[in-house]
Amino acid sequence: MLKDTTIISTNGHTSFLDYQGKYKGIRSWIFSTDHKRIGILYLIALLSFFAVGVTFGFLIRLELFTQGKTIVDPQTYNAFFTLHGVIMIFLFVIPGLPAVFGNFFLPILIGAKDVAFPRINLLSWWLYIIGGVLVIVSILLPGGPADTGWTFYIPYSVRTSTNVIFTGLAAFILGFSSILTGINFVTTIHRLRAPGMDWFKMPLFSWALYATAWIQVLATPIIGITLLLIVVERVLGVGLFDPALGGDPILYQHLFWIYSHPAVYIMIVPAMGVVSEIIPVFARRTIFGYKFIAFSSIAIALLGSLVWAHHMFSAGMSSTAQFVFSLLTFLVAIPSAIKVFNWTATLYKGSIQLDPPMLYALAFIFLFSIGGLTGVVQGALSVDIHLTDTSFIVAHFHYVMFGGTGFGIFAALHYWLPKMFGRMYNLKTAKVGFWFLFVGFNTLYFPLFVMGWLGMPRRYYDYLPEYAIYHQISTVGSWILITGLIIIYYNLIKSLRSGEKITARNIWGGETLEWQIETPPTHENFHDIPKITHGPYEYKMNDELAEKEEVK
Amino acid sequence: MITQEHAAAHVHRDDVGARMGMWLFLFTELLLFGGMFFLYSVYRFINQEQFNIAAKELNTLVGTFNTIILLTSSLTMALAIGAIQRNNKSLSVFFQTLTILLAFGFLINKYFEWSIKFHHGIFPGSEILLNKPKGEILFFGLYYVMTGLHGLHVVIGIFLIGFMTRLTMKNVINKDSYVKLESAGLYWHLVDIIWIFLFPLFYLIT
Repeated sequence: MLKDTTIISTNGHTSFLDYQGKYKGIRSWIFSTDHKRIGILYLIALLSFFAVGVTFGFLIRLELFTQGKTIVDPQTYNAFFTLHGVIMIFLFVIPGLPAVFGNFFLPILIGAKDVAFPRINLLSWWLYIIGGVLVIVSILLPGGPADTGWTFYIPYSVRTSTNVIFTGLAAFILGFSSILTGINFVTTIHRLRAPGMDWFKMPLFSWALYATAWIQVLATPIIGITLLLIVVERVLGVGLFDPALGGDPILYQHLFWIYSHPAVYIMIVPAMGVVSEIIPVFARRTIFGYKFIAFSSIAIALLGSLVWAHHMFSAGMSSTAQFVFSLLTFLVAIPSAIKVFNWTATLYKGSIQLDPPMLYALAFIFLFSIGGLTGVVQGALSVDIHLTDTSFIVAHFHYVMFGGTGFGIFAALHYWLPKMFGRMYNLKTAKVGFWFLFVGFNTLYFPLFVMGWLGMPRRYYDYLPEYAIYHQISTVGSWILITGLIIIYYNLIKSLRSGEKITARNIWGGETLEWQIETPPTHENFHDIPKITHGPYEYKMNDELAEKEEVK
Repeated sequence: MITQEHAAAHVHRDDVGARMGMWLFLFTELLLFGGMFFLYSVYRFINQEQFNIAAKELNTLVGTFNTIILLTSSLTMALAIGAIQRNNKSLSVFFQTLTILLAFGFLINKYFEWSIKFHHGIFPGSEILLNKPKGEILFFGLYYVMTGLHGLHVVIGIFLIGFMTRLTMKNVINKDSYVKLESAGLYWHLVDIIWIFLFPLFYLIT
């Protein structure tokens, strides 16, 4: 597939797509330590798993189209929502932006030739693939795929006869892969910034990745050990969480959410970084409040680590703890809001260009605001009791995870893919795909808010007649959304095969470093490490400098 | 707007970066064990009495002996790094080998300790254990999992140091480039430190 994209850049240096290393053919990809190739390996794997996850989501919605049995029995339905959750969270959204675009662009954005530990980078991809294979194995082996939901709550996860062991191990290994990426990025940002690239000249995507990498390093080990303990408990019968052996299931929930809530920020913060890159480029304006956006990423990482128990308000907790966690949950909304205000302030009086990346970025702001604000609503204790385990929650986190991170990933794809491969996609088709996705998304998830508020529980196989209309609208929405996804996939894949070849360095008129190098980048990114003298979004200043040059 | 500066062509090497990466990895290891220490403290808080009773079943002498072994191995590891810094290759290889031997000593000791427990019927899922009060089941569950995972780290450490010994003999690790050996040393000290906490928590608080 990638053979067609051969481009020899103008000055004789070969692009990374043609670079011949130690290996040839497929091995020059799967054993490559080039951060750009690893990014693309992740991209291919990630989009494949996303397609699988979407299929399960589609089947869940299809089953709920009518009351009672529509296509599958309850056990299969339970397996569907578990697999949908596990695949989407551990294989798509968490690795998502850092593994693909972080790997590809972080070194370029800070003016480096590669990440700090290229071989560990490759190892993390292999671990990711092993984790993915284990998930697939858990589906195929006798016993059937796990039916616990992606949360693996005790005691059911040690009692069910399904293949929880494989799914749990998969999540453990994927966590390890994520940790290695985190360690790599923290070290890269500390050690490999180009001369003159001080912390506040870094593009905001790098800041976002920095905050994310710290969460990956600090939070992931906890879920690693917790899931490992579940596996140990199942395999060896060691008493750790099972109440029959003296264990405490609530303690499991705490340990699970100590990671899994910060994980939410592993998912969303990089997407915020992408939006912070795209908005100034397509509004032709310097980003408003650079330092506020940069530090709010760090603030989210810090505060986000202290709010986990808001997932457990109805599980049994002292009222003091409830009060504290509720308060902290409200606080974490502040740094997110700071970002939203700064993006909108950047747009103000900008000359806005509605190219596909910008459409996705704007949709991100809109959908993330809905997702974020409904999250604050649930942070209030009394409201949360009413909403716990209803489809309102499902709607909320899909607005954040899909409307936020998902749209962020598509924004990044449309923004950077031409740079990565030197091929342009069809802009018109991209916009059509976007509108299908956007309309389908809202049709699919908004009714879940309404029926959740009215009392429809999440994860249920069946429902009362009064909820039928919402379920049906939602299912129709899933069809529109999938149509959009097919258009987007088709357009992007087609562009790689037969899209218009481009060699222009600066496709969108960005000011960050990736737009100063060849399209597609050469193997070494930079012939000489650049020396940085200006911030990443100084449009006005740079325009003036260009004018001065002309006068000369 | 960006001026280019010609950088001298050289193989990229960043010892500070390598060390930083290793420290970050050690943080994650601490947190991994931290999850279990957290479990331990909560369960001990709930089951004070039964934890004390169960702890009496462990052999303090064997535990002390293992502590001495591990502390000594940390010393020999540090000496190995000191030796390579002074360009004494054979002394470094000697101390690394000694570290590995001590690690084996620790594991052999552990093996006998565990087998005696198994012989007495105290192992996960055994009838004797399941008939005990729940606090004691938890204690032994944590004992096996935590010392087991620690033991696994000792095994990984043996491979790691063994690999370093090979690199030292092949002169890849030498007076001017010993960050790999240092990182292996850091890892080994972490294994040691975790044991320093496991020992009093399981053997000494009765």
